[in-house]
Amino acid sequence: MAFVLVVVIDLFLLASSRLNAAIRAVALQGALLSALPLLLVTHEHELRHVLLLSAGAMAIKAGVIPWLMFRAIREETIRREVEPIVGYVPSMTLGGLGVVLSFALSRGLPLPVQAQNVYLVPAALSTVWTGLLLVLSRRKAITQVLGFLVLENGVFVIGLLLTGIMPVTVEAGVLLDLFAAVFVMGIVIFQMNREFAAMDGGKPPVEGD
Amino acid sequence: MLLFLVIAPLAAGALGFAFPDNRRRPIFLLVAALPHAAGVAAAWARPVAPALGGTLALDPLGKIAITTASALFLVCAMYAQGYLHRREDRDNRVLVGGLGVLLAAMTAVGLSQHLGLLWVTIEITTLSTAPLIYFNHNPRSLEAAWKYLLVCSLGIALALLGTFFLALSGAAPGGPRSLLLADLVQGGHLLSRPWVRTAFVFLLVGYGTKMGLAPLHGWKPDAYGEAPGILGALLSGAVTNFAFLAIARVFQVCRAAGEAAFAREALVAMGLLSMALAAVFLVGQRDLKRMLAYSSVEHMGILALGLGLGGTAAAGAFFHSLNNGLSKGVLFLAAGNIHRSYGSKVIDDVRGAARRLPVSGSLFLAGFLALAGTPPFSPFWSQFTILDGAFRAGRWAVAALFLLLLATVFVGMGATVLRAVQGDPAGAPERPGMGDTWYTAGPPLLLMGALLLLGVWLPAGLGELLHSAARLVAGGQP
Repeated sequence: MAFVLVVVIDLFLLASSRLNAAIRAVALQGALLSALPLLLVTHEHELRHVLLLSAGAMAIKAGVIPWLMFRAIREETIRREVEPIVGYVPSMTLGGLGVVLSFALSRGLPLPVQAQNVYLVPAALSTVWTGLLLVLSRRKAITQVLGFLVLENGVFVIGLLLTGIMPVTVEAGVLLDLFAAVFVMGIVIFQMNREFAAMDGGKPPVEGD
Repeated sequence: MLLFLVIAPLAAGALGFAFPDNRRRPIFLLVAALPHAAGVAAAWARPVAPALGGTLALDPLGKIAITTASALFLVCAMYAQGYLHRREDRDNRVLVGGLGVLLAAMTAVGLSQHLGLLWVTIEITTLSTAPLIYFNHNPRSLEAAWKYLLVCSLGIALALLGTFFLALSGAAPGGPRSLLLADLVQGGHLLSRPWVRTAFVFLLVGYGTKMGLAPLHGWKPDAYGEAPGILGALLSGAVTNFAFLAIARVFQVCRAAGEAAFAREALVAMGLLSMALAAVFLVGQRDLKRMLAYSSVEHMGILALGLGLGGTAAAGAFFHSLNNGLSKGVLFLAAGNIHRSYGSKVIDDVRGAARRLPVSGSLFLAGFLALAGTPPFSPFWSQFTILDGAFRAGRWAVAALFLLLLATVFVGMGATVLRAVQGDPAGAPERPGMGDTWYTAGPPLLLMGALLLLGVWLPAGLGELLHSAARLVAGGQP
């Protein structure tokens, strides 16, 4: 059920034209995925590790990052539209095609671990595909960051299969890196806003060497 | 000892970041570089024990990449003393701090025997360098920084997916169930082959983006074109080598799993494609730094090709990663001097560089000749070894194409370099007080000397190291 919802959010993102709605949808997707490890847990001794992971992921994916994004678009200079390069209907079509392909592809890759849910791999792959589409087909920096987040959400789902194999430190590192990446991206976006405001003032650019 | 190599530059970077005086802050680059270089020299003198339960260890691959990076960083740190003195208008706090983090992260990549840690540290090299591309604070460098950050982050996200797939391939009961390189290679026959194959595709695309292999090189011309010369040298001469090392590590796992043939073909194809695409953009290139960026795409292609051919060609590829690193250092640092003196980096403005800047101008030409494979410099030997490997493997078509592309690049790049270096500088734009000094022209001269030395005399220890690296990764003849 949760996986179906994840894919529905993917398609919604490809069709949505409002930035606010898109940010909320990505946050919702992140929250859903953060809760998943709790549903998939099979052994009691994993519980503490999984709880920590869930809490960390929830705080970053559904808390800090959306807050950063809303802050970034509060600046006057960003228009609250998505401004796609590829239109909404073609995006949707490509997204739908991706979902179909993901199901076909995961047929060819039998999971070596005991599958907790048959929809897990196709949902992850279609989310990765959606993320890539969003980054490549949207013009504005902030929407590209949204696409990057969706892609990371897809990777996170695959990571769930590995809770027994990977040490916690690696997952923590991955989460921290994601956070740092978005943070640096946020700074660059902030600089862009300032730079383009300054350009209107006619300040000559520095010749870099 | 291994931890020291990571922590020392990190600490120096942090101290530099906190240090209040903009004029004296560049000293901290030397504070990061010198202990690191000393530590690397000590590691050459006697073997070093692994750290953190075998997660960090110095294998031949890591030794080559870390030594190259350490030498290049030391030279860049010396150059920065002169460069940042001339650019006191700019706040260098982020530059000094970021470079310290970069050296620590690169060392950690080289030492990492765990594919998860490898991924995390490669991501840190991206994050610590993106703000530095924006050093000049103009709209073009901002756009370049954004492109670099976004494209490399996307690539690295796909590499993470590939890493997860690789972990999954060994997740079956009885499989290695680990991401430690030694476990994966030892349990190679137990890995699920379809997953290894899928993982290799994602990892090649992911780390290939970071390495700048065509067609994933989109960020390179902008980033190298707009970054300060010192950063261009470190990015193209050191950081890309670590992405290559990551691909070589993954290739090791593929070979253990019995998927070497598939991986080899993919590497050879991407290598040749990178060389061809770079050749197209190098012919008629007017911007000196963008020219160097496409040259970097070409040489990354040569590395991938060498690794894919295996055998002696792989040893040649590891030697070439060292030679390319040193040559890129010469070229980017000399290009930075030229750029500063003319206030421009397009050949419509730059002419007669050898007369206005006798050392930097000549170095730019000599660096180009060395990199293009002119004897007696060392890149000639590494490229020759790769060609030899192609013939030995019976890949005649690959060898012919390799030679043809090298020749095309030589002619195309040569035309641009000669136009910049030769002629009369009178009438060309000039910024006063930007002539050659010890600090700005000496460091690239040192690197050029190293290229010449390695070309006429290869130390026995280095030769042995290159071959053991090739045996470790690519095995004997394919």
